[in-house]
Amino acid sequence: MSAFLVKRLGFAVVTLWAVLSLVFVVVRIVPGDPAQVILGDQADATAIAAMRTRLGLDAPIAVQYWTFLSGALRGDWGVSLVTGRPVIQEILAVLPWTIELTIVSMAIGIVIGVPLGVWAAINRNRMPDYVTRIASLLGLSFPPFVSAIILLIVFAIMLRWFPVISAGQGSASAWFQAMALPALNLGLIMAAYITRVARSAMLEVMQEDYVRSARAKGVPWRVVVWRHALRNALIPIITIVGLYLGILIGNSVLTEIVFNRPGLGKLIVGALNQRDYTMLQGMMVIYTLIVVLVNIATDLTYALADPRVKLS
Amino acid sequence: MSASVHDAAPVAPPRLRWLKATISAFNANKTSWVGLVIVVAVILAAVLAPVIAPHDPLEQNILSRLQPPHENYYLGTDYFGRDILSRLLYGARISLVIGIASTVIAMLAGSLIGILAGWYGGRFDVVVMQAMDILLAFPSLILGLILVAMLGPSMENITIAIALTSIPSFARIARAPTISVKERDYIEAGRALAFSDARIMARHILPNIFPEILVMASLWLANAIRTEASLAFIGLGVKPPVATWGGMIREGFENILDSYWLVLAPSLAILIIVFALNILGDGLRDAIDPKLKGER
Amino acid sequence: MSAPVLSVQNLQTAFRIGGQWRWAVEDLSFDVAPGQTVAIVGESGSGKSVTALSIMRLVSAANGRIEGRIALEGRDLLALPEEEMRKVRGNDVAMIFQEPMTSLNPVLTVGFQIAEVLRYHRGLDRAAAEAEALRMLERVRIPSAKARFSNYPHQLSGGMRQRVMIATALACKPKLLIADEPTTALDVTIQAQILELIKTLQDEEGMSVLFITHDMGVVAEIADRVVVMWKGRKLEDAPSAQVFNSPVHGYTKALLAAVPRLGDMLGHGLPLRFPRIDPDNGEVRGQPVEAADTVKAGEAPLLEVSGLTTRFGIRGGVLGRLRGRVHAVEDVSFTLQRGETLALVGESGCGKSTTGRSILRLIEPSAGTVRFGGRDVTKLGKADLLDVRRSMQMIFQDPFASLNPRKSVGSALAEPILVHGLAKGTEAQERVADLLRRVGLAPEMGVRFPHEFSGGQRQRIAIARALALSPKLVVADEAVSALDVSVKAQVLNLMLDLQAEFGLAYLFISHDMAVVERVSHRVAVMYLGEIVELGPREAVFSDPQHPYTRKLLSAVPVPDPARRSLRRELAVDEIPSPIRTLDWSAPRQTLVETAPGHFVRQAL
Repeated sequence: MSAFLVKRLGFAVVTLWAVLSLVFVVVRIVPGDPAQVILGDQADATAIAAMRTRLGLDAPIAVQYWTFLSGALRGDWGVSLVTGRPVIQEILAVLPWTIELTIVSMAIGIVIGVPLGVWAAINRNRMPDYVTRIASLLGLSFPPFVSAIILLIVFAIMLRWFPVISAGQGSASAWFQAMALPALNLGLIMAAYITRVARSAMLEVMQEDYVRSARAKGVPWRVVVWRHALRNALIPIITIVGLYLGILIGNSVLTEIVFNRPGLGKLIVGALNQRDYTMLQGMMVIYTLIVVLVNIATDLTYALADPRVKLS
Repeated sequence: MSASVHDAAPVAPPRLRWLKATISAFNANKTSWVGLVIVVAVILAAVLAPVIAPHDPLEQNILSRLQPPHENYYLGTDYFGRDILSRLLYGARISLVIGIASTVIAMLAGSLIGILAGWYGGRFDVVVMQAMDILLAFPSLILGLILVAMLGPSMENITIAIALTSIPSFARIARAPTISVKERDYIEAGRALAFSDARIMARHILPNIFPEILVMASLWLANAIRTEASLAFIGLGVKPPVATWGGMIREGFENILDSYWLVLAPSLAILIIVFALNILGDGLRDAIDPKLKGER
Repeated sequence: MSAPVLSVQNLQTAFRIGGQWRWAVEDLSFDVAPGQTVAIVGESGSGKSVTALSIMRLVSAANGRIEGRIALEGRDLLALPEEEMRKVRGNDVAMIFQEPMTSLNPVLTVGFQIAEVLRYHRGLDRAAAEAEALRMLERVRIPSAKARFSNYPHQLSGGMRQRVMIATALACKPKLLIADEPTTALDVTIQAQILELIKTLQDEEGMSVLFITHDMGVVAEIADRVVVMWKGRKLEDAPSAQVFNSPVHGYTKALLAAVPRLGDMLGHGLPLRFPRIDPDNGEVRGQPVEAADTVKAGEAPLLEVSGLTTRFGIRGGVLGRLRGRVHAVEDVSFTLQRGETLALVGESGCGKSTTGRSILRLIEPSAGTVRFGGRDVTKLGKADLLDVRRSMQMIFQDPFASLNPRKSVGSALAEPILVHGLAKGTEAQERVADLLRRVGLAPEMGVRFPHEFSGGQRQRIAIARALALSPKLVVADEAVSALDVSVKAQVLNLMLDLQAEFGLAYLFISHDMAVVERVSHRVAVMYLGEIVELGPREAVFSDPQHPYTRKLLSAVPVPDPARRSLRRELAVDEIPSPIRTLDWSAPRQTLVETAPGHFVRQAL
């Protein structure tokens, strides 16, 4: 394995550790005693003491930190203060919903966004470019819950093509029915972002000397665009699409609420409203894990796309 | 291209030059004028809300609840019989104040971090930017969500939370041009002329990267306004009964099946201001880009 | 004479800039005969590159317009549909470019990029195309071609990449090769190799070459016929010998007069000013004048560098451990008198620029001492360093990058004066006006911004800024390399004038041997971070002692068409890298005085 990948893996581990530590610190420096906050103002001293023991807050800080870190690594993320079930089980129960939604949305975004961006770039300052630019700018201006509400009103309430609650399971058609609107909502917004990145990356690459060389040696135009130029433009596109996953995950929270679809988003909002501290801790850990894994995947793809990476 | 303009034009005093450059930047991409006009209109509406709002935004009128738009209530009334237009106008104040304040904080803090990291480089740069990357990698909406939930949903806390989530982006934006400008010979000439680091950063680097930062700020203002609305939609906005656009959508969403206008007006309001800011920033970025490339 | 391969008639090319059409090439006609090499010569903005792109029809259709007739063996290229034209490119007419570093696609292998041409033009299948591509790599004399075949461009040096470009261009045996400044970005010894390779391949293939360049020396080496262009128009079109020996047009005369020729300086002990040229008709006025003797030989040296060493660590691997070092500057010692010009010459990576920057401590040297006016610069604290730096200034290569684009020229010149409290208010303004006058610009120009000036004017401004603090030493790092020949001559004259006026000492860093011979008192030749030869200019140029100095001098193209038939051996040497392993220790060598003041590096 190359030094580049080892370095990036190291960065991933550091990220994970840093975020976990941050979570640990934040939960403890927030104003007010968590036990007090959970139980409310009327709780008596013994109940609060019991809650502190249950949360592990009475142990020395170093022990708490060790318990937290080692627990996080072993998958022991404590027990939900609301349901009493292990946090990891609650999370694993809804995780597939969010993952499949994210993957399908990202696929929609890439499949629409990359060709559209290339098309706009090679028609720079002509009609296709103007239309694409305005459309993508409009697309990324939509707050995801607004676009979700519009999709909901038009396709679920007025046209009745899809269910109002997107939680179908079992048959393939039920899966599609449940997936269609949320994935379309997230996918189109993602496509707006990716179109812009693809366009600007292509514009830059099309001015490079090697594109001129390719034309000067009589390579057909479509090959110049799709092999010589796009292969190079993919390198920045991959990096930025990896970064956009953070936006996508944030947007999925809002989308899950509007479409009433199970997933991490609904889980975290529930935990926030009910002040379920252990659940929140677990949520932050899982989000960090997802981000770190995505980063590794991005780096791998990047290394595959750019021959200059492997040697450095 | 503006090169041809400069050849013949008589030399203007420095201040006018700046103004002329700004106007020509707008003219280079005419749609940015549209964005500017809309943004100015929304700011005026927010500032003048007490004067132009037809009703008190908090006044409940049980007798006229959930009314569709008509001449008394141009945009209808909500579940408590409050005037939606008035709430919309007052909501603009919250959106703009939180948006502008958080963007300014993030811009100042982020640019400072980025310029220092880019200028000094080395270990300092590596450590600071790794920290920024960690923050950047984390989904910003979820980070904001958690921060607001922990700190409590007040205007100050929401502003701080949104600012914190955007600092890394500004640091990145400021660092890249700092590094490329740092490599320019005129910076090395400045060192040879025995100028201090502080002087080179403030007088030579900052003016050269400032337009880029300012343009990014207009794009990030759009993002901040959208994030504020998203937080309010989730229930982490400024506490009711204060009118916020995201909060209005949240309340209206309960009655969406029969009273669509509750959601429609605030949704359009958010979309329009965010779109206008994006057009503005995008147009300006296009305008300053070729120039920076032309310098080589 | 047989029918021309290429016949350009009344070519006009225009670009739309800011809504207006501007002519880049106007009414240009010339022919290229079979097997002939025609050079198009001109300075920047002459339209020479646009001519090449017009023949290939690579001018953007949206912003460009080509008129006239470009006939390739009688077939009008401008009348062809785009798809037919595509079949001509790379097949009948091939082109190579100036920047070998960026002209190859970084994500495709070298072999693939050569084979691609054969697949599209010859319809070969993959295996056949690759076999032929490998043969092409061997034909351009790339060592161990088989291993190189699957390399990516970043794994090759600039010279090797240009060979790959040539292999790609010649794969389909074109009738015409267009070479647009193919050696400008290369070092002089590599340039000599590539020129030789093009000549050899031309003989083997019997193709015609259209060679575009700004370098009269290269023209003399390679061209049968010369077309001189100026502002989009053809001024002269004649056989090489005629152009060099009896130029007709004033501009051509001026151009030739401004070209420093290696060997011109025999019999001149002191730097020689360039002749004055009438800007209107290009007539040369008067004879070149020898500069006054400015060297204060009797005094203590102004600058005394001894044992200067600058190394950069190379970190790699997972933990960023030190893997090796770049020995950029190794044990460099020399002195410089007031009013003297010492030239530091060498090819890229030899450490000449790093030496200059290390002396000013813009880069921290690793070892050695730099005594300036008696003080050791390397030992100074921050405040003292800033103080000493005011007496040592620097001028850079790129006139576009060396001025802050957002500062007016006047305020850029006033800044050092104000910051260091040399003057205030109107007195400072006076000083700025005076500086501008001294470098030959009008004081009123101070309100303008850098982009409103030409490259030569910008370099004058950069010189004025360097003079603002009345320095004693100026480090000129490739200060005239980016300028056109005629402008270069003017700026060099200015530097000589300023030296006479202020007694300036110059550390003149350059790769251009001809310019160095013209302006310097003494010369130090650098190779792999070390000074291999140091001596009076006349001695080094007329009696080079070190083998590297000899190689360097023999590689410099000389503007003398008699050398056209001269053939060198087809070398493939690369410039070695100064990157060493951690345990590397320098071979024990030292500078030995072979004649008074003439030192050569020799083994102990």
